[in-house]
Amino acid sequence: MTSIVDSLVKSFSSFNLDIAVLLPVITLIGGTVIFLIMAVNALIAVYFERKISAFMQDRLGPMEVGIFGFKGGKKFWGGIGQTLADAIKLLVKEDILPNNADKFLMILAPFIIFTGAFLTFIGLPFAQNIVISDFNIGIFYIFAMSSIGVIGVILAGWSSNNKWSLYGSMRAAAQIISYELSVGLSLLTIIVLTGSLQFSEIIESQREGWWIFRGHIPALIAFIIFLIASTAETNRGPFDLAEAESELTAGFHTEYSGMKFAFFFLAEFINMFIVAAIGATVFLGGWMPLHFGALESFNAIMDFIPPIFWFFGKTAFIIFLMMWFKWTFPRLRIDQLLTLEWKYLLPINLINILVMAFFVLMGWYF
Amino acid sequence: MIKSIIKYIKEVLGGLKSLLKGMRVTGYYISHPKEIITQQYPENKDTLKMFDRFRGEVILLHDENNEHRCTGCTACEVACPNGSIEIISERVLNPETGKKKKEIDKFIYHLSMCTMCNLCIESCPTDAIKMGRNFEHAVFDRSLLTSVLNRPGSKLAPGVED
Repeated sequence: MTSIVDSLVKSFSSFNLDIAVLLPVITLIGGTVIFLIMAVNALIAVYFERKISAFMQDRLGPMEVGIFGFKGGKKFWGGIGQTLADAIKLLVKEDILPNNADKFLMILAPFIIFTGAFLTFIGLPFAQNIVISDFNIGIFYIFAMSSIGVIGVILAGWSSNNKWSLYGSMRAAAQIISYELSVGLSLLTIIVLTGSLQFSEIIESQREGWWIFRGHIPALIAFIIFLIASTAETNRGPFDLAEAESELTAGFHTEYSGMKFAFFFLAEFINMFIVAAIGATVFLGGWMPLHFGALESFNAIMDFIPPIFWFFGKTAFIIFLMMWFKWTFPRLRIDQLLTLEWKYLLPINLINILVMAFFVLMGWYF
Repeated sequence: MIKSIIKYIKEVLGGLKSLLKGMRVTGYYISHPKEIITQQYPENKDTLKMFDRFRGEVILLHDENNEHRCTGCTACEVACPNGSIEIISERVLNPETGKKKKEIDKFIYHLSMCTMCNLCIESCPTDAIKMGRNFEHAVFDRSLLTSVLNRPGSKLAPGVED
């Protein structure tokens, strides 16, 4: 698989450029692409989040704002301009820094969170050959980068000089440190099957069928644990103790306003996209179409759908599941949260990975 | 030992089951947009119909002959916990019988004080008043919220006091 960086290097090499010039150019192009994907993803995801939450609660959600007078529809699409208007509002809003806050750290915090989310995109494969860079520790790298964000959360809580912010960030830290284990172990269950950490190889190993089908029960358990733990890792409901509105006003980003607040908001949706994309890649076959062994004509129809749609479709499915969780379940208490991780998810996960290793050893998978 | 393991597994499965139950409820609502109860109020002003139990204001019922059923017994005035009803009645000579009879002059209703508790309607022995469904009461002057409910020239309907 040739990545975007590889093909850019190849096409630029004909100009005989120095590597010191070439590298910034390629980085800039890649960065712009990532930023565009992130911004568009956040715009769409916020709209869908608001509409889906509204429909799940018997409401209509945003219904007033259109784009140039075009409102879109009577129910689900009525108000399609809402997130665009919100984005413009956040851009032009006054940025307030509290007097007693640690100003340097307070400005730094949203950038750390955003950088963490930004860097993870380097490894994500969107389709065949559409990946910024494909390297041999892809999944490990993404996993490491996505946990950088918690430093930003702690900094934000500390520098705000506000007790609620600090409570929120301490909760977020406890939560992410515990749930990181479960996410890692549930992904490792599938790594046992693929035998590689490289994204292209993980996807290639699913050409015959997705791991969630081929790895039967242990893979299914791993998938459920991954869903729970990754929801917790993105600080989303029902695990949104870090910003529990009823207790901590807005948790770690209470004191933020304007564009800095927008960075936190954006990072939440990007993190959600990232964990959904990892889940789609590892469990649901990435950009591989859905194939059933014997049904030739069915497989041919599925091949007809371009891989990028498969990837985004699967990602959207997992994002929808996470929204479904958020708008159904009540928020956990901090002790319930830690009990769930250390007494339930972790032991089940450890046994599950052992069972999976045994299955692989005996060749008991499809 | 075995017992506690079985209990543990039961707990996990029971938890999953109850979570799925909750997701079924929200899943039902998202797949049935017809269940949405939100009213798009200013847009649907023409077609909006408030439901029967809605309490918007107290109205005195009049029939087509401009007759109401209020005898002026002040049961509603007594029942009202915050004094939003005032009944001013007078004794009018009845030309047929030659006797003086109590009749309402003004049925004054202060919407600004009313809490829509429905006690006046329940206490009315002749069912003269009921709750109206109009809710657009916003005005710029507080005095506009005080109104006289009986229409000018209206009379007590015959047969109410029998």
